[in-house]
Amino acid sequence: MPASESYPDDLLYHREHDWARIDGDEAVLGVTWYAVDALGELVHYEPPAEGASVRKDEPYGEVESVKAVSDLISPLSGEVLEVNAKVVGAPETVNEDPYGDGWLIRIRMSDPSERDALLDVAAYRQVLADS
Amino acid sequence: MVPFAGWEMPVQYEGVIQEHRAVRTDAGVFDVSHMGEIEVEGPQAAELLQGLLSNDVAKLEEGEAQYTLLTNDDGGIVDDLIVYRTGPHRFLLIVNASNREADFEWIAEREIRGSDVRDVSDDYALLAVQGPRALERLGLPRAKPFTWAMGNVGGVEVMVNRTGYTGEEGVELACMADDAPALWDAVVERGVVPCGLGARDTLRLEVCYPLHGNDIGPQWDAISSGLGWVCALDTEFTGVERLRDVKERGPDRKLVAFRMTEQAIPRQGMGIEGGGEVTSGSLSPMLEVGIGLGYVPATASAPGTELTIDVRGRQRRGEVVTKPIYKREES
Repeated sequence: MPASESYPDDLLYHREHDWARIDGDEAVLGVTWYAVDALGELVHYEPPAEGASVRKDEPYGEVESVKAVSDLISPLSGEVLEVNAKVVGAPETVNEDPYGDGWLIRIRMSDPSERDALLDVAAYRQVLADS
Repeated sequence: MVPFAGWEMPVQYEGVIQEHRAVRTDAGVFDVSHMGEIEVEGPQAAELLQGLLSNDVAKLEEGEAQYTLLTNDDGGIVDDLIVYRTGPHRFLLIVNASNREADFEWIAEREIRGSDVRDVSDDYALLAVQGPRALERLGLPRAKPFTWAMGNVGGVEVMVNRTGYTGEEGVELACMADDAPALWDAVVERGVVPCGLGARDTLRLEVCYPLHGNDIGPQWDAISSGLGWVCALDTEFTGVERLRDVKERGPDRKLVAFRMTEQAIPRQGMGIEGGGEVTSGSLSPMLEVGIGLGYVPATASAPGTELTIDVRGRQRRGEVVTKPIYKREES
């Protein structure tokens, strides 16, 4: 079952519809309900390699539905510590639980100050309202 | 909703994958009223069509239908269509929406004395009801594929065509345009699932029905496109000499079906290593692997041949398979 619309207030957001959950110098990244709803049921996740570098505002992977492909934009820079293998095997997990089991990668941040450029939930909801 | 050939069309109602599976396991309905209808009538109607269409129109009895091609001088495909014999001297052609005007002009320009060609697309609506339970849900009798008869669904008079674009048993119902909303409601009330363009595309791709504009077109001859079986080369029609030639010496390139052996979804326009191109690609909702159609050199077209597709810079392997890609498991 697809999740219903929500944007947790303990996350930071990027205007390209990505979220980050920061814990110390690590962050878990994923895509928001809005992005998932626009794509429809995900059928493929093309993740980065573990150990690869990701850069803020740049693509680090792709997700695909039957009809569309979308780049995943990293909200933060760092090194990929872990790829969510559950989503590789069952991409629809992202539709079902975009902020929980449907996370995409875990990184070690290279520049923790980048978080200051991210949006809180109110600012992200404003982005959605304006789009 | 997306614009398509001048119409606003739904890509999906509830979801491409669930709509696709509804058609494979039960029944789904597609509003395909955007398709064009051309009527050809007169004592010389059969003669006109025999000279323009690749299949043998003479074999068609009243009440029957035939898949056929409108070909150009090079044996290329102006359109693929179904021709219905609706009377001793009357035929109905159901054509692709995006080619409706080109087809009408093509045929009308070649009209001969004793034949009259009319674009009647605006008069008719068309609903495709497809799936193993389609006939049962509609309360219609079984009939041979590629036949038609008049019938009634929910009080609406319809032309019931035993044709479709999904590989499943089913019908395409033609009715007067004004009756379409009532017919749609009657079909949906019987538990048939509304389906959009997205599922229509994945369903036809699994069973390797070519899509004009993607997989077939004026630039590829019908033999290379794998449609030699609808070319009656013993009849005289536009481009037949060229097709006889290609048949005789064998095509250089062929349209093949393939499935991925690595995780990746092929898409239209992607390159196939060795000089080929993907013309249609998607995920197969039934097989849950990437599948597609594409042109490859004839030397690399045998089933079992490995191929490599450039997926946005990543090389991903697949193999040529026999058509159709999806077949119902025998039980």
